[in-house]
Parts: sequence; structure tokens; C-alpha cells
Amino acid sequence: MREIFSAEIRTAVRDLAIAAAHDLEPDILDALLAARDREEGELARNILDLLLANADIASRERIPVCQDTGTGIIFLSLGQEVRIVGDLDEALQEGVRLGYEEGYLRKSVCDPLTRKNTGTNTPAVVHAEIVPGDRVRIVFLPKGCGSENMSSLSMLPPSSGVEGVVRYVTERVVQAGSNPCPPVIVGVGIGGTFEKAALLAKKALLRPVGKKSGRPDVAALEERLLAAINAQGSGVHGFGGVNTALAVQVEVFPSHIASLPVAVNIQCHAHRHKEITL
Amino acid sequence: MSLLRYRPEFFANLKEVSLPFTRGVLAGLAAGELVSLSGPLYTGRDQTHRRLCALLDEGRELPVDLAGQLLYYVGPSPARPGQVIGAAGPTTSYRMDSYTPRLLALGLAATMGKGARSAPVRETMLQHGAVYLASIGGAGALLSKCIRKSELIAFADAGPEALYRFEVEGFPAVVINDLAGNDYYELVAAQKKKGEG
Repeated sequence: MREIFSAEIRTAVRDLAIAAAHDLEPDILDALLAARDREEGELARNILDLLLANADIASRERIPVCQDTGTGIIFLSLGQEVRIVGDLDEALQEGVRLGYEEGYLRKSVCDPLTRKNTGTNTPAVVHAEIVPGDRVRIVFLPKGCGSENMSSLSMLPPSSGVEGVVRYVTERVVQAGSNPCPPVIVGVGIGGTFEKAALLAKKALLRPVGKKSGRPDVAALEERLLAAINAQGSGVHGFGGVNTALAVQVEVFPSHIASLPVAVNIQCHAHRHKEITL
Repeated sequence: MSLLRYRPEFFANLKEVSLPFTRGVLAGLAAGELVSLSGPLYTGRDQTHRRLCALLDEGRELPVDLAGQLLYYVGPSPARPGQVIGAAGPTTSYRMDSYTPRLLALGLAATMGKGARSAPVRETMLQHGAVYLASIGGAGALLSKCIRKSELIAFADAGPEALYRFEVEGFPAVVINDLAGNDYYELVAAQKKKGEG
């Protein structure tokens, strides 16, 4: 058994939270550059230029890329040969609290009913899974809610088929218009159960932007959805052009014979994500 | 204009507008026009609106006179020591739609956020001669450069949702809804459809 102290995890989460808010990863920067190069609309192209300038200012001057520094979402892959010394959940939450405090990040988490801010940006949403090996992988995905609010799920009848999936996903993204800060990344989860589809859609966002599914028919579906969304969508910030979505990323999982769950998780162009393996 | 150094070809071509708006300036704004705002404005988002409307319900006075003013939907991130403010880009406007008509009735001249407004808000804007602007969502670091001063006015306990008074200079925005009833998002969508047909 390999031992990892919870304090190491706490520090790692803190650092990931601060880095995620300020430094966009090469995958999203490359996707924005490529979008800028193919953009036909003048205002849309100008806005893409400004988004790239914004990323540059954020990183150099340590100002968050977006004031909505999000709900903290942690994907934890815990090696089955690791023993955590100390309280794991406390370490994750404390890491988020420290990151948002020390990094001058906005605390955006509140009670859903009273709307009273918790003041710490905790609790973060944690998805943990046990995996083979003796490592711990932590992915931090701060999710802004302009895009999260435009996400949705439908339990389609299986008779809807692939056509029904295409119609539903395209409609959701097109109807979202400029609300989720396009150009967006569209995470789609197909199959499983109600909660599994939603988690698949979110996990699809963890793939590097534009990386196709390894399953040829799913990769073809991703292409088809991207083309449909960009043909009908509002374009960059609703100002037209050919870039409503930078990528559509689909994850699938077997479902019940009576069921075809489809979840659409929209991510804004400020696609912030950081990870570390301990 | 400090943003000129980032993309001069863009920022040099914006129409310069002083805040608060005059009636004449408001009437001269056209949907799709790019503007550069300078002067004072107020900020507010979900909780700010909820609290302003609660005060109105109780028949109490608001902490600010919104007549003629621009209300910017933003919840900034905290300023680091030595900074005026942290990131401060627009939040999505539709969440304010249920509150906005009451504030327009008090004479609020303009609102600024991102995304389309509801039909009732658009109707009320026309009725009271108010406009709606969109700034650049997800460009909070860049936009923070246009904020010269930030002063807390009310609802301090709401944290990022408090009501601030900003002094902005060269703050970029796009006119979405003008006094003639045009909606720039609709105009763009119609044009896209026409291009296909």
C-alpha cells in the first residue's frame, strides 16, 4: 500500500483551483485560435481576438479569466493500492476553500433555497472512482453557471434513435443562444441511467477539446452534431458567424432496452480545467 | 483608452458614449452598434435585484436613484491588493428579467449583461425609452482594465452580489435593443437564415 497524506491532496487542490482560474490550457487556446482563423463574421472574429487577449491578460496579470470562477468540480481517480492518511473529503474541500481565498477567486456557492452564500465556495462537487494502481489523479473543473444553466437531460424513447438524439442536442444548443457564452464545448452523454447520462456528459468535457471519440460511429455523430449546431447556432456571443461550438464530445454507455437517456452539458469558451497525478 | 493597446483596430472604431446617458444619446443608439462607455454606472445581479424589489414591496427607498442610470449585471471577483477590481465581465441577463420592468418603471435608462431579454422586458424598455447592451462574456480580465473606480454602495453582506458604483473608461459593449424596438440577436439570426435560403 502506498501512503499519501491528506495534506498533500489539500495543497494540490488549492493549487489546481488557482491555476485553473488564471491559465487556460493549450487545448482550449488552440481551439479558439482555430475558430478565429476560420471565422467569417467580422464582429465574431473581433470578439475571438478579444477572448485570446483576455486569456493573455489573465495569465500574465493574475486576474481570473472570468469573474465566474465557478462551482468547483473534482474528479478523483483513487488507485486501489493507495491509502490516504487523514480525511480525504476534508482535504478536497479545504483545498478548494484555500484556493478560492488565497487566489482572490469569487465565491459563488450558496444555499439553493435561502440563497445565502457559504462564503468559501464549498462544498465542491466530488466525483470519485476507484481505479487500479497506486496513484491518485485529481481533475479540477471550475464550472461557470451561464453555461451550466443551459444544460439539460431528456429520457428519449428508444424509437427516437440517432435522429432523435441529433434533434434534441442541436435544439438545446441552438436555443441556448448567446446565454452560455459561445463558442461552447458541448458534452453529450448518451445511455446509462438518468444520473449516469448527466455524468457522462460532464466527463465528455474532460477530453481535450476537439479530441474525437475512439468509436468510429460516435466520432461520426460528433462531427454531425458539430456541423448541425454551427449551421443553425447563434455564433460567437450571438453575433453570427460559423463558431457556435468549438467541439461536440460524446460519451456513450449501454442503457436499458426501454431507455435512451441523453444529457447535454454545455461548457463556455472559458473552458478551465487542470489536473495532477500524485 | 487603455484597451487600445490590445486590439487597436477594434477599440479605435467604437462609438464613444458618456455615462449617464442623455435622452439624445439613447435615441441615437442603434441595434448592432459598438460603443465605448465612459462614466459612472451601477452594478447588480440576482440578489441585488431580489433585495431592490423587496425594498420596493415594503414601500422603502432604494439605496440609489436609478433614474437615467446604466445597471450592469456583474458579480466581480475580489480585487488583489493594489487592484481596483478583479475580473468583471457580464453575467447572463435573463435571470434579471422578472425584476427588470419594475426598475425600468423607476426610470432606469439602460441595462447591460449578455444574452437575450424576455418579451415583457423588451416591451417595458420600449414603453420607458430604455436600451439594453451586451458586453463580452468571459472576458472579465480584459474588461477589468476599463474600471477606474469601484465603490460599495449597498448589500455588502451579499458578497459578490453587492451593489457597486463603478467609474468606467472605454468599456466596450454592443447595443442589442434600441429605442426603435430592434433586437440585434434577432437581426443576426434573420440574416443567417436569409444567407441559407
